[in-house]
Order: sequence, then structure tokens, then C-alpha cells
Amino acid sequence: MSAFDPRAGKVYRFEDGSRVPGPHEGVELTKDPAAVPDPALTPVPDDLRAAIEARMARYPDPKSASIPALHLAQERYGWCSPEAIEQVACVMRLTPAYLTSVASFYDMFKLTPATKHTVFVCTNITCGLLGGDDVYEHLCAAAREHPEADVDVREFECLGACDIAPMASVDGEYVGPLESGDAERIVDDLEQGRLVLEAKQLRNRPSVDPGAAV
Amino acid sequence: MTPHLIFNRIDEPDLNTLAVYERRGGYESLRQVLQFPADAVVEEISASGIRGRGGAGFKMGQKASFLPKNDAVRYLVCNADESEPGTFKDREILQKTPHMLIEGIVIACFGTNIHEAFIYIRGEYELQAQRLQAAVQEAYDAGYLGENILGSGFSLELTVHRGAGAYICGEETGLLDSLEGRRGNPRLKPPFPAVQGLYQGPTLINNVETLSTVPQIIRMGGAEYAKLGTETSTGTKLISVSGDVQRPGNYEIELGTSSRDIIYGLAGGPKPGHEIKMWFPGGSSSPVLLPEDIGVAYDFDTLQKAGTMLGSGAIIVIDDTHSVLAVMQKVAKFYSHESCGKCVPCREGTNWTKKMLARFATGDATPMDIDILDSIQGQIMGHCLCVLGDAMAMPLGSIIKKFRSELEGEILDAREHAANAPADDAIPVLAGLAGAYPGAL
Repeated sequence: MSAFDPRAGKVYRFEDGSRVPGPHEGVELTKDPAAVPDPALTPVPDDLRAAIEARMARYPDPKSASIPALHLAQERYGWCSPEAIEQVACVMRLTPAYLTSVASFYDMFKLTPATKHTVFVCTNITCGLLGGDDVYEHLCAAAREHPEADVDVREFECLGACDIAPMASVDGEYVGPLESGDAERIVDDLEQGRLVLEAKQLRNRPSVDPGAAV
Repeated sequence: MTPHLIFNRIDEPDLNTLAVYERRGGYESLRQVLQFPADAVVEEISASGIRGRGGAGFKMGQKASFLPKNDAVRYLVCNADESEPGTFKDREILQKTPHMLIEGIVIACFGTNIHEAFIYIRGEYELQAQRLQAAVQEAYDAGYLGENILGSGFSLELTVHRGAGAYICGEETGLLDSLEGRRGNPRLKPPFPAVQGLYQGPTLINNVETLSTVPQIIRMGGAEYAKLGTETSTGTKLISVSGDVQRPGNYEIELGTSSRDIIYGLAGGPKPGHEIKMWFPGGSSSPVLLPEDIGVAYDFDTLQKAGTMLGSGAIIVIDDTHSVLAVMQKVAKFYSHESCGKCVPCREGTNWTKKMLARFATGDATPMDIDILDSIQGQIMGHCLCVLGDAMAMPLGSIIKKFRSELEGEILDAREHAANAPADDAIPVLAGLAGAYPGAL
């Protein structure tokens, strides 16, 4: 998808004037880059600090904990907000810019305000050819029709479950094989707080190998 | 019946817990090994001839022998960032028998005098990471990890490190950068990780399946293990079969088994009434094979001679209901998204390939564009720090070569369709853009 359509002869822009998606608000280009946050001015919840410090202690180089620390912050705040990144930066003694560069590299970190639930739909080769695109569209539609369920549906790369293709990861729970009709049910299960498509969860699925059975 | 070393009764309930794993003879290989001199472990592994199960197929014993014989602090990293499309074998090990992997890691570390190990597991595997973490904790509590393991004087710290969704972190040097807390950009090689890897120290990197096989090699003896499989591809291998087959899933096979027996025998072949159009023998990065290649023996060397590779052992079967262009677009889209952007030929080549294929599909291309597309693939191959770009160029190059006339037909059909389409739906960009990016004009 391009922001420029040659046939219409027009460049499409977001409301803030940018041609690329992503957060732009609050970026002041004339300002100096943020330094390592001052602990006195950056309150960090004690449990988050303790958890990050425990991770840092596991590695010969504490910087190795940046991905686990961002996971912890995202679990707590729902997304890697500028404040969350600043708190992690404060504990790890890194700049927010460094951590933002890390967070923006990895697909699982959310740099925009997050919904309550996240569904990753695999549309890669096996899932895509077996109907993953269709499942994705139906899930998007179901999520739009039920805004109160607060579900974000994202196309995702191979999730490593091609045996249950087409599949999705619903808040981390792998389900499949899906049909387009399952979309409504998934959104409904999330809204009602039920286990998602319990009969199709990967965790309950036995191996197909004849030697695997007890 | 194929001997089952890893998948043997893997569906036993609670095999992921220490109690059941021990009851089934778990950690016996470790107890045995701790009586040996450390060198004996590498000797057994070398004798087994086991080749890396992650993709490159490099001999594990040889890799271990590359570690310098000095007292530099060295590390072992288990690559559990399984993200090659079509591959899901490590997931089953991590979920159902994580202690087998832990035991393999302890044995490998003991043999190579390593005292610090990491498991880099992909972020999406949440259930698997939980079970692995629980298993590691159990192993610590039972004295299989930590200080002075089972009173032998050998110590090992093992940390489970969760990734956050990046295919490139399965590449060994990208993984190391990611583990060091950076963006997962691959490094220039040499120096290879065995000489200079994690934190600049010598680092042994192995796949989950390879390390999980180590306890079995110790139990059987390397020479006995080497009798399985073929002369140069020893042992058993987990194969992930997916796509248009009736029984997709993981199977443990003896290397050298006929591909026909895997695809038709174990996995049931395509649905009745359909024929195989093409199949990827080793994940989406491997050059495709045709239905007439189905008799090829499934081992490292035979597949290489057939012009492809065993890769991660993931067979993706595609039947005659799918268009060649659809397959190519899926492959290109994936690699374009996952290119880390460090090397220009890969970053630009994957992106241009994706864009050109989109033009094929919308009827904005001519069959002559196939030559340009093919030349792009040639310009990517071998020109980057890692093989991500090659991993797109190899399958696409092989598809162009083997399905050229079909691809030409699809391009011409798309042109005809576009020419006959009403003017209105010729410019779907605005509506699509607004849907994809909320807030776009």
C-alpha cells in the first residue's frame, strides 16, 4: 500500500501531515534528545523496578534485559507508552531513544495505545493459502461491529502453528484451524471473558505422530 | 516403524513436569555423563554425526570443536526462535517435553566447559515459554541446574529469554544482538560465534531439536545413533508437514525416508481429487520441488543434490487449487516485512519483489517483467551479511524457473481482467488506505 497514487496524482497524508503511520504527537524536533531519566523526577512503581532489576541481574551485561523489561512494562501498562519507556530507561540507565529503537524493531511491542485484547492472525504462506486472509477480514469485521469488546486484530507473520492452519493467537492462546464463521465467536468469547474457542485450542491438541500416543 | 527418540509417547500427560520426565528415565543421561571426563561428551556427539536441526545442517560435534581451547568466558545459546514459515517442531518439544531440552543443554555445557546458557524463545510462544520457565525452575530446585550440579562440581546458570516477534532473530548473529538487548541486526561473519559471539565470548549456538537429541545420543552411544539414517545424515528428524495435506503435523522420521512416504504415507497426501502442484521441502526458504520429485530421499545430501535443501525440516505442500502468483506474493511479503534493513540488497530487493508481484496481480505488468524479477533475485543472492534475502531469492528463483509459463499466463489474465474492469474500481487505493491507517485522509 502506497501513500502516493500516481493515477490520482495525489499524495495522501495523515492528519498530522506525515505520510507514514505511527505516533507523531508530542515529538518536538527542535528539542534536545532526552537523556537518561533522572530517578528523582521519574517515579517508577516498586514492583516494576524490582522485576526489571531482577531481570538485569540475570545477564552478564544488564542491557540484555531491555526486551524482557519492555515486556514487563507492556504487561503493566498495556503498551510501550512514552511514560512506560521512560520508566524502563530510568531503571536500566539507558536513554528513552535507545529503548524506543529496540521496541520499534519488534512486532510484539505496541507503540500506540492498545486495546484490551489483541488477536494476531497468521496470513503467511500455509495459513494464507488455506484461508487465513478470509479469517483475518472476518475478524476485523467482527471487531469493528463489537467495539465494546475492545479487540485489536492484526495480520501477523508465521506464528509456528501451521498444523492448525489457518490459525490465530488470541491474547497469546493459539487456536485453529479456523473458519471465517469462528470470527464472531472469538470476539464474543473475548467480550464475555470466556476461554476462547476451547475446542480449537492448540494446548489440547494431541500429536499426529503415531509414536506419540501413550 | 521409525524409532522414536524425541516423540516417543510425547503425548503422555504432564510429561512437561519433572516428576513424569524422571519416572520415564529423564536426567539419567546427565547422571551418566557427569561420571565421564568432559571430552567424552564431544566425542560421543562427534561419533553420532548429528547435523544441526535448525537449518544449516552443520555438524554439532564439529561446531563444538571450534570453541577455542582457552579460558575465555564462553556461552551456550539455544535457538528457540523458531519462525521459519512452515516450521513448528520445536514448539512441540518446548510445550510437551521441555526437560529433555534442559537435560541436553546441561550435557552439552558440561562437555564444552560452559557455565552460562541462554534459551532464546520467540515471544509469540507464550504457553511454551511458561512451561519452559516452569521446567527450568523445577530443574534448579532439583539440583540439575545451578551450583555444583548433582554434587559433580560442575555449575551452570540457565536463563530463558523471550524475544518479541522478529524472524531475523532466528539468524544466529541477529539472535546474539537481540540477546544483548539491541535491535536484532545480523553481524558480519567471520568472526563466527564459536570464536566471538555473545558478549564477545566464544558461543555455541544450537537449535532446540539438536540439543534435545543430545540425551538420546548419550543414552544410545554415538556409534549406535549413527546407524540410524544415512551415512552423512544420521539419526531421526522431526518434520513439520503442513499445507494441502490431510494430516498436517509433526512427525519423527529416520533421515533418508522417501518424501513420498512422508507426504502421502504419514500426512495423507492432498485432499481427494487434488494433485500436488509444488512443495517446499525445508521451509519457505528452500527452493521448491515438483510432484515428480516426490520420490526423493529426505536427507541433507540428497535434497541438496536435487537443487534444494532440508532446511528446518518443514514440508509445505501446495496443491493445484492455488495460483503460482499467490504463493510468490505470500513468500515475498513475508521476507519484505522481516528484512531487518541493514543490507541494501535485501531491504530493497525484497521490497521491490513484493511491489513487482503486486503489479503482476493487478495487471500492471507484462511477461517481460519476469526477467527483471528474476534478475533482482540474482542481485540479492550472496550480497548480504545474512541469508534472509537469499531465503526469498532461492524459492522465488526456483518458482520462476519451474513455473514460468504458468506465471506468464497469470500475468496476461490479470492484464485482461484489468482492461475489462469498470473504471471505478481501478483506483481502490483511497478506500484501502483509510481502512489500513485510521486517521489517513
